Amino acid sequence: MKDFNMIFAGFGGQGILFVAKVVAYAGLMDGKEVSWLPSYGPEMRGGTCNCSVCLSDEPIGSPLVINPNVLVAMNTPSYDKFIDAVQPGGVVIVDSTLVTVSKERKDVRLIRIPATELADENGMKGLANIIILGRLFKETELCAFDSLEKGIAKSVPPRKQHLVEKNLEAIRLGQEQA
Amino acid sequence: MSERVLMKGNEALAEAAIRAGCRHFFGYPITPQTELAAYMAKKMPKIGGVYLQAESEVAAVNMVQGAAAAGARAMTSTSSPGISLKTEGISYMAGADVPCLIVNVQRGGPGLGGIQPSQADYWQATRALGHGDFHVLVFAPSTIQEMVDLVALAFDKADQYRMPAMILADGMLGQMMEPVELRDMGDVQLPEKPWAACGHQNKRKHNIINSLYLQASELERLVKERFARYETIKAEEQRAERYLCDDAEIVVVAFGATSRVVKAAVKEARAQGIKAGCLRPITLWPFPVDAMREAAKTAKHFLTVEMNMGQMVDDVKLSIDCSRPVSFFGHTGGVIPEPGEVLAQIQKIAGGKE
Amino acid sequence: MAVQFHRPHALIDTPTHYCPGCPHGIVHRLVAESIDELGVEGKTVGIAPVGCSVTAYNYFNCDMIQAPHGRAPAVATGVKRALPDSLVFSYQGDGDLIAIGTAEAVHSATRGENITIIFINNAIYGMTGGQMAPTSLPGQVTQTTPYGRDVHYSGYPIRVCELLSTLDGVALAQRVTIDTVPHVREAKKAIKKAFEYQLAGKGFTIVEVVSSCPTNWGLSPVDALQWLRDNMLPYYPLGVYKDIGEEAAK
Repeated sequence: MKDFNMIFAGFGGQGILFVAKVVAYAGLMDGKEVSWLPSYGPEMRGGTCNCSVCLSDEPIGSPLVINPNVLVAMNTPSYDKFIDAVQPGGVVIVDSTLVTVSKERKDVRLIRIPATELADENGMKGLANIIILGRLFKETELCAFDSLEKGIAKSVPPRKQHLVEKNLEAIRLGQEQA
Repeated sequence: MSERVLMKGNEALAEAAIRAGCRHFFGYPITPQTELAAYMAKKMPKIGGVYLQAESEVAAVNMVQGAAAAGARAMTSTSSPGISLKTEGISYMAGADVPCLIVNVQRGGPGLGGIQPSQADYWQATRALGHGDFHVLVFAPSTIQEMVDLVALAFDKADQYRMPAMILADGMLGQMMEPVELRDMGDVQLPEKPWAACGHQNKRKHNIINSLYLQASELERLVKERFARYETIKAEEQRAERYLCDDAEIVVVAFGATSRVVKAAVKEARAQGIKAGCLRPITLWPFPVDAMREAAKTAKHFLTVEMNMGQMVDDVKLSIDCSRPVSFFGHTGGVIPEPGEVLAQIQKIAGGKE
Repeated sequence: MAVQFHRPHALIDTPTHYCPGCPHGIVHRLVAESIDELGVEGKTVGIAPVGCSVTAYNYFNCDMIQAPHGRAPAVATGVKRALPDSLVFSYQGDGDLIAIGTAEAVHSATRGENITIIFINNAIYGMTGGQMAPTSLPGQVTQTTPYGRDVHYSGYPIRVCELLSTLDGVALAQRVTIDTVPHVREAKKAIKKAFEYQLAGKGFTIVEVVSSCPTNWGLSPVDALQWLRDNMLPYYPLGVYKDIGEEAAK
């Protein structure tokens, strides 16, 4: 894929906006045009959360992704909400610990990864989002690996830089799940 | 050149204002501009500036009036319903020739409307930011980088012409992140403001900041003076971007975030052999009349695309004296147009069906 | 022979537009005398309201800003935040302060905004020709309460000093009047004290001046002052409602 039009979706607190920001930053490090647009307002209060991310060689028109070629769904309502919108040939990654796939599409590549379980088992509580990112990277190579590392470093707040290494471990764990 | 960083539009705008020398911000929370105020609340105390959360939009704009009348580079930000409340203060500032910056991160209306991106305050911004005969400089950025760059310009132009200026953004630009380069502007030297009510220090006659003139002829004289200044602004300050317009037969006019969508559609139309272009007003007041007239030399048809019910159509028609057909396509209420929809409109016009 | 009585420098030598017997002239003078005595005219910014004293900017020699109706405390806040060392006062009537400007008055008070409000309470809208004010007395006949203010229909008057004195940000809230020479002297002391508090950074100060409006009350100036004593003062008792005194500045 040349251009990536992605939707990350899940519950508030799962780090949806964070993982989306890592991807956007990684794209920026690759010299791409990028955009990051979160859902906002009462929608967030309801507990669900989603974020559009675009990576492209061209200036980005609408940053609102309607038909993604990558969907990351970290809960069932998000999967149900966006699965029909995914472009044929797109990649869909779900956290299979939390997502019940009731409807499967034949024309997309569906990847199940028990990210929450893996995070719990490997002492990476709260990093299910980053484990998924590792798997997504393995699947799509949406950026150079060192850009991904830089994306993590840029997105982790300065006073929490000690968490960078843990995030990179989570990436590697995700990659290994392929 | 400094590093390109990812920043939310609201926060980038706030940082740009600080770099442009703004040290006085007065606001009131409203979605989708709140991050701007929150950024100011975090930053201002650290640099000796003022962030104050007012009791209302009405109070906030009047605090701006006080600080600006005292000579400070002052601003406020809000979203659509908040602008309605601020119009009183904006009118007074226009009437007293007080420069300031007002930011509108637009959301859907009327009434409480919605919170998704909108451009439905075009008429308000260009026609009716309060009662009385007056205009406000209106800048409409389409990217976060441009928003950042226009902030300093808006402050400077406001000072130059002694009038309020507005950044007319929308929820998309406010909420999204994209790469932005924030320039170090050093110590900003603000222009002298000998008219300011800052205490005469026993060195001059007292200054009065006032919009009340009970003698009709005097008020008329002052309003006419102000409108003479507006003529200068119309001649000097029109800004527009021409994208593939040189030979365009179908000129799509769009401002702000919508123009991003339009450019994608125009590019696709060109790929299909349709001579389309995008003409993007950067200043909404003054409206880039000259650019419209220039485009009319090749254009057979104009199409405006907006996130409202077609509020800019009249300005395009007036600019070209209705010499070409002007169609409209748009969404409102917070729905963002898609490139495919705009392309379909362009194709329809190209096929002579419109 | 030495001049014993002269126009304060902070008042411009020009006739005012106020009606005969109107106390605005007295209160303007008290404000100006206080500015003179404190030697702060050069760093004073006054805020004129909407109402009869809208053109106060033509009478005070300090820098002046004319504010939208009720917004004077917000404008004053903006000035003070931009110029923390200045003396900032707003001069407001009852409609301006506690009808349309209630939010601005209350919130500038509770913020402890370091400004002074000179509040003229004459229980009526003067500029627009005598309509009910938020401080019009029960039973008071005005253009818009032609049968007398019915509190069950139009509600009760607001006692501003009592209301604001409950707020922690207030350093001084005092009600004075100008019906007699001793009262005028007391009013002057209160205004000067408010300015002194502000200059010491003590917080929000308000001096409420119970005043008359002979024109709209339909009384001679002398009878208006008697009406003030008989009707206003029982409802709006004079006194100090809050004074943090010598407490250290915040």
